[in-house]
Amino acid sequence: MASTSATATASWDGGSSPMNASYGKLMMWFFLLSDAFTFSALLITYGLVRSSHAAYEGAVNAFSFSQTYWPVPEKVFEAVPFLHGMELPLVFVGIMTFILIMSSVTMVLAVEAGHRMDRVAVEKWMLWTILGGLTFLGCQAWEWSHFIHGTEAGGVLRDGTTFFGANLALNQYGPPDFAAFFFFITGFHGFHVFSGVCLNFLVYYNTVMGVYDRRGHYEMVEKVGLYWHFVDLVWVFVFTFFYLV
Amino acid sequence: MAHHHTEPQITVLPPDTAKIKKLWMTALILLVITVLEFIVAFTIPHEYKDLRVWIFITMTIVKAAYIVGEFMHLRYEAKFLLWSILVPIIFIVWMLVAFIYEGVAMADGKL
Repeated sequence: MASTSATATASWDGGSSPMNASYGKLMMWFFLLSDAFTFSALLITYGLVRSSHAAYEGAVNAFSFSQTYWPVPEKVFEAVPFLHGMELPLVFVGIMTFILIMSSVTMVLAVEAGHRMDRVAVEKWMLWTILGGLTFLGCQAWEWSHFIHGTEAGGVLRDGTTFFGANLALNQYGPPDFAAFFFFITGFHGFHVFSGVCLNFLVYYNTVMGVYDRRGHYEMVEKVGLYWHFVDLVWVFVFTFFYLV
Repeated sequence: MAHHHTEPQITVLPPDTAKIKKLWMTALILLVITVLEFIVAFTIPHEYKDLRVWIFITMTIVKAAYIVGEFMHLRYEAKFLLWSILVPIIFIVWMLVAFIYEGVAMADGKL
């Protein structure tokens, strides 16, 4: 694990590690690369469908929900818990972004503590990371609930009826595809956060039980850390392409 | 001590303060860029759509580079590993270009 100058002269004939990383770490990297392709497919298809729909042309202040054009995201995501009726565009997503970035720092601090065999510090930072992950999931649950139940005014569908909230077939915010992509992209990301929290808990449990002390290294913290940072990385792209653009 | 199995001898090293400081700096940079994105979102009018999109994309790539390079430590890995991960991304770039081109053509009624 410790980087050595041997890398430069390593050969592919066997007996050395040309990539200077363990099997598990390499496989985590290649898994994450394949996962990046999956997320890209979702986000790029979102881009395709969005750019194939008419865009809203009027002034942003005069925006209203319609089935005929793609909604302006900041007009859809402007609700914050406990502040009912206030228009706070993107504030809640901003808070969620902050939470995820912070949990990424605590994760990397756990990795640093693992390198020093500092069990107590690993436990502390893993707990903070798990807390951050759970908070993010809670925020997402609230956001989904709000999105599904809709605003008080609702929106008018193509047949003239008023509809509140969203499902996979209909939604008050715009073309049906808009809600479908919201559910699939944030849902797939949320599922990654959920599995990340499970893995983080597993690592925390093993740390407390002294598994890594007996093993002599904390590389599992590093591998699960890679996964957790990837989840943060994906959120950076979701935040930009789903909420900002 | 009359244990049947001996607990391993663990040497705990002191915190690497320089490294920890660098990690917090990375987090600070990520947060500052996110705040800048918010400022851009609410100060540059929507009429300048292309400008907004390009600023957002640039900032996103900078953030991604910091996360992958510093947090995921890829910058310090063996160069062969680094390129094994980065080169395949070219397929994603191509997919993006092709699909957006197609989507715009669909909106223009060419497909």
